[in-house]
Amino acid sequence: MTRAVRQAQASSGTRRVAIAGNPNTGKTTLFNQLTGARAKVGNYPGVTVERHFAPLELDGLGAVQLMDVPGTYSLSARSREEQLAIQAVAGLHPLERPDLVVCVVDATQLVRNLYLVLQLIELGLPVVVALNMSDRLAATGQTVDEAALERELGVPCVPIAAARNQGLKELRAAMARVLAEPRRGLPGWRWQPSDPLLESDLKTVQKELPIEWTHGEEGRARAIALWALLSVDESDELHAIPANLRAVVARRRKLAEVSGRNLDEEIIRGRYDWLDGRARLFLRDSGAGVSLTDRIDRVLLHPALGFAIFLVLMALVFQSLFAGADPVIGWIESLFAWLGGVVGDALPNGILSELVTEGLIAGVGSVLVFLPQILLLFLFLGFLEDSGYMARVAFLMDRVMKTLGLHGRAFVPMLSGYACAVPAILATRTMERQRDRVLTMLVIPLMTCSARLPVYGLLIAALVPRDGSMPFAQGLLLVGMYLFSTLVALVAAAVLGRTVLRGPNVPLLLEMPPYRMPHLRSVLRMMWEKSAVFVKEAGTVILLCTVAMWALLSFPRSRAADTAPEPQRAAAELQSSYGARLGRAIEPALAPLGFDWKIGVGLIGAFAAREVFVSTMAVTYGVGDANAGSVALRERLREERRPDGSRLFTPLVCLSLMVFFALSCQCMSTLAVVRRETGSWRWPAFLFTYMTVLAWLASFVVYQGGKLLGFA
Amino acid sequence: MLAPMVRLIDLPDGCEGRLLRLDGDRAFRRRLMELGLLPGTPVRVVRRADIGGVLELEVRRSRLTVRTGEASLVFVSR
Repeated sequence: MTRAVRQAQASSGTRRVAIAGNPNTGKTTLFNQLTGARAKVGNYPGVTVERHFAPLELDGLGAVQLMDVPGTYSLSARSREEQLAIQAVAGLHPLERPDLVVCVVDATQLVRNLYLVLQLIELGLPVVVALNMSDRLAATGQTVDEAALERELGVPCVPIAAARNQGLKELRAAMARVLAEPRRGLPGWRWQPSDPLLESDLKTVQKELPIEWTHGEEGRARAIALWALLSVDESDELHAIPANLRAVVARRRKLAEVSGRNLDEEIIRGRYDWLDGRARLFLRDSGAGVSLTDRIDRVLLHPALGFAIFLVLMALVFQSLFAGADPVIGWIESLFAWLGGVVGDALPNGILSELVTEGLIAGVGSVLVFLPQILLLFLFLGFLEDSGYMARVAFLMDRVMKTLGLHGRAFVPMLSGYACAVPAILATRTMERQRDRVLTMLVIPLMTCSARLPVYGLLIAALVPRDGSMPFAQGLLLVGMYLFSTLVALVAAAVLGRTVLRGPNVPLLLEMPPYRMPHLRSVLRMMWEKSAVFVKEAGTVILLCTVAMWALLSFPRSRAADTAPEPQRAAAELQSSYGARLGRAIEPALAPLGFDWKIGVGLIGAFAAREVFVSTMAVTYGVGDANAGSVALRERLREERRPDGSRLFTPLVCLSLMVFFALSCQCMSTLAVVRRETGSWRWPAFLFTYMTVLAWLASFVVYQGGKLLGFA
Repeated sequence: MLAPMVRLIDLPDGCEGRLLRLDGDRAFRRRLMELGLLPGTPVRVVRRADIGGVLELEVRRSRLTVRTGEASLVFVSR
């Protein structure tokens, strides 16, 4: 039956080849070298873990489908993300079984890498071992005898150096041979526990496995039973494990413990003993001295110097995100403003012209405007990740980040949040667990991003007295806003991580990979992929929102306004729009914060992008020059009165408004990108709600507290 | 003669010991063992990051980082 299934699969469609391997073994580089730029990115069903597919031409076989498996040291799993590895290689529902698994192995850490190969062989999958980094063996004082390794494992082993494009022809040939004749990649034996007690544990667990998992194959059932014994426990986050299987694993583990046995150790030791016992046949290790990585780490991980270098590097990343992307963003903005002007002139005045210029063209512009920062950030991330430095960041920052409930790798995304939340949220992919990613995404929008600066600039200018009696007040206020937002973000992380996103504490067991030259092609490809995915998936939402915002602030059309001269016309039109009605409707909620309905309209407009607040206010007040530095607008704010004749923009109201901007999620692009990264509207809805509530409460405290203290 | 048992975090930088016992959370022990650190395996403390609160270890030619809290549950012979 099984043979029939396999044959049917083979004949029915393209053959599938999975690329598995430990993290940091050059899996991605190999994937890129084999397939070029033809890869497609998708998500694993039900989770937001990326999966790459690409067609690959093999001699005599035509095209096969190549797909990657998340990097893993072992198939055993605790989190939902780790479970994907076994699902992908064993072809558990809903994933399909591969016809061949290429296991990429770091030849310089051979035995530890072979642990995974052993598990793949146990599952009865045709395997080809790609011995990557074999060009670096000599430098580490090791030699590997491939022929002996092949003999011992019983599967083809091909030495390659993926980054240098060496050995790939031989690898492709080996893949083609095994696909044509699967038994070449099946050694016909597998590691088996020799202990009769463990044997009976396995038999018992095996009986509880669903038939869809085992396909009725004895060997496969044993391998999955071993997986279950290592993986399933009371605190795992695994998906779709039958209750009876959970029960039997718990019972067998308990029984073993009572009689002083440790099932984990028995299984893992069994595999390592098997490998260690044969290692001398294929591996010679002279135990060479200090590696280059060691020498670099003496500097980069030095308690004082290493930390200083770390700070400089991070400052550099931040500065380029902030300043480097700025001119390009300016060009994109002017390009789209120009385009809007040209198209606006060409079209007859009216709704269509406005829809095209203020809705569509502005919308596309507001998507593309994120690209410079996304590209830059992923350029840096690519280099940090590929060179091996990212693991050092986690090493240096772990204590601080852990106190906050954050992953050590959350540091770079959080830092990027000071430039813009959108690329920063995309960068959370560097963390494996969904929980760590979501927590980081929930606090990033609290960081003072660059879109808040024009708003602060306007309000601070309106707030500080003109007479120059407080010369440093402006700068100090701005610094204060940065400190305030950072503090709130850190507290929010600590609170959310202990409440909404409380999860099992995951032991930090990271590998410190050797330093490697980043592979430019992989870095460029990641930049391209990220940008494409952003434009395609988040971009559509942002575009739709821009059009919706335009409609909200332009309808219904008021005829009376048409005759008025320009700034007044726009003001009259805005004031009769649905947006203004909405502003008036929410005024009772904003009044306790010191805001009137016009500020409400500004807040609604700011949803398109925070800095739009400035131009919305300019339109509301009929000021032609809509720029944060505009003197006219600043003066207009100072003059604005409440119905009772008192000044509206008192220093206290300005402060309250700044606090509101610091904490609220007035940014549809952020929400769109969180939706794309978490796969549902649940988290963006939560993000928006919690930040709005937080902002309202904080502004309330500032305004009402300030009034109580006697400030106006 | 029985080798004296010390906690892994008490091993000075650059020193090697042999793993004797692993305590702590099952997930932690399982992961460490799957990375090749089984009782009897030599393990060396490479360096520690006091600010980071992390220890760098060398096991089977690979470098692992472990939090100091968890490393105090790992016992080695000197």
